[in-house]
Amino acid sequence: MLLLWLVVTITFLLVRLAPGDPAQLLVPPTASASDAARLRGELGLDRPLAVQYARWMGDVLRGNLGESFATRRPVGRVLREALPVSLWLGGGALVLTFLIGVPVGILQAARRGRALDRVLTVAATLVYAAPSYWLALALVAVFTYGAATWGLPAAMRLPAFGMRSPGIELHGGAFVADLARHAVLPLTILAAIGAAGVARYARTSVADVLAQEWVRTARAKGSSPPRVYLRHVLANILPAMVVLFALSFPGVVAGSIFVESVFAWPGMGRLMVTAISARDYPIVLGATVWYAALVIFANLAADLALPLLDPRRAG
Amino acid sequence: MRLTRLEWICLAALALLALGTIAVPAFARRDPLAIGDVLSLRLMPPFATDARGEFHLLGTDRFGRDLFVRMMLAGRLSLAVGVIGSVLAAAVGTIVGAVAAWRGGMVDALSMAAADALLAIPRLVLLLVCAALWQPGLATVVVVLIATGWMGVARLVRGEVLGVRAQPYVDAATALGARPWRVLLRHALPNALGPAIVATTLGVGNAILLESGLSFLGLGIQPPQPSWGNMIAGGRDLIVAAPWVAIAPGLALIATVLACTLLGDSLRDRLAGESGATLRDRV
Repeated sequence: MLLLWLVVTITFLLVRLAPGDPAQLLVPPTASASDAARLRGELGLDRPLAVQYARWMGDVLRGNLGESFATRRPVGRVLREALPVSLWLGGGALVLTFLIGVPVGILQAARRGRALDRVLTVAATLVYAAPSYWLALALVAVFTYGAATWGLPAAMRLPAFGMRSPGIELHGGAFVADLARHAVLPLTILAAIGAAGVARYARTSVADVLAQEWVRTARAKGSSPPRVYLRHVLANILPAMVVLFALSFPGVVAGSIFVESVFAWPGMGRLMVTAISARDYPIVLGATVWYAALVIFANLAADLALPLLDPRRAG
Repeated sequence: MRLTRLEWICLAALALLALGTIAVPAFARRDPLAIGDVLSLRLMPPFATDARGEFHLLGTDRFGRDLFVRMMLAGRLSLAVGVIGSVLAAAVGTIVGAVAAWRGGMVDALSMAAADALLAIPRLVLLLVCAALWQPGLATVVVVLIATGWMGVARLVRGEVLGVRAQPYVDAATALGARPWRVLLRHALPNALGPAIVATTLGVGNAILLESGLSFLGLGIQPPQPSWGNMIAGGRDLIVAAPWVAIAPGLALIATVLACTLLGDSLRDRLAGESGATLRDRV
């Protein structure tokens, strides 16, 4: 809670102390100076900083994040509309990230130093070094334009923009299928970059565990390799992976900023970028507070989950 | 300290790139920012020779400017921003962490609270907010990279200094009459710097990626000044008609970040042992 208060205060100071006057951006170019002054008065921007801070803080405590300067809609509602998009995109990507990354890491550790490990390491490091927006453009070139030009099968022609096909009302299964097709490219990129990072990490963790005596003991007892990996190796890297999962969750949600803006998904990231260029302070502040709350919540979840997964830490 | 072969290769690649970014624009026949005869020169494919007989290794952009020269000029900026941004961020972090651990009490509590609060905002979000609120440009990007990058190193150094502080040689130095600051600078800090150096190396690639991301969104380096990020943004709507415009700077970016990552990873494995996960920001 204290942390959240600090975050809110720091963001408030950052945003308000920055140069640039939102009123100037909001009034039409033909408006007079007195129009701008009146708007500043309406938005409360002419009060001393301390008063603005006290008012804003009081509102935040009551769960009211104010209203958007630009659209005059409540910030809470604007964010509530955008958050599910980012949560689904980020959450889905994160699940895929671990479903792919952990097995790949285990596989690499098991074949450490062999050709397969080398190939996967090179691939993971390459993807890891690529910016998501560039990968996005590359995939769009191949699967949206390329697929149409080179006559790839229709199933491989993937839409590049938006969450759903414009202009048509779809229901039930068709709606889900349409959404899924639109989600393929953004999810692939987020999951690929995430999985590359997780695989790098999992490979090191697994290699450390494989060097332990108890693994040698298990093998000496005659346990089959699948049993060694599932019962002894996985059980020992699981706590670290869960912590990593919780800690990377906010990062993935925030990280979809670029993917959302390339693919025009109406999530938090795109909202944030638009609000920043429009100097829509309440939206920027509100979004930052939500992001911070997400991080703090994820840290808490990791702390609580750890003893459940690792009996040694339960005491 | 001896470097491994991989580390030499990475360093050599980065040095070659740095040399290229200095030499290529310096010897370019035309100003890479100036726009000439757009109609006859624009969007020439790689390896094309224009009507004036000039060879374009990577082709030209929509204004007919040579992409290779612009890419190298952009690299100058990206490398400088990445290195300066992460080194200064690490320096600030080292100072804050060392002072916090050494002084303890209020200084420690306050600085770590600030670090925790800033760490609770995803770096990308913090970076966007800062970058957008101030005048976009080179100086802003560097300042913002420092402002959002010092916390991790500060925590790391604080932990190391606290550990070193309990060592007998620190007591010995104090017993010999050394002043507290001298003990910190001469004895404690040098022994606590390893992880900070590794974090800095890994941070360079990350900083380059972040800068490119900001520039891609139009919040970083502003055109006509080229940066890999804004060059990719410039090729965004040409991805079908002239894919090389966006692909070339992207490959340069990937190669650079790759070299920094491999170098950092290798150093971390050898110097810092297990220092935990370092997942990069998802730019």
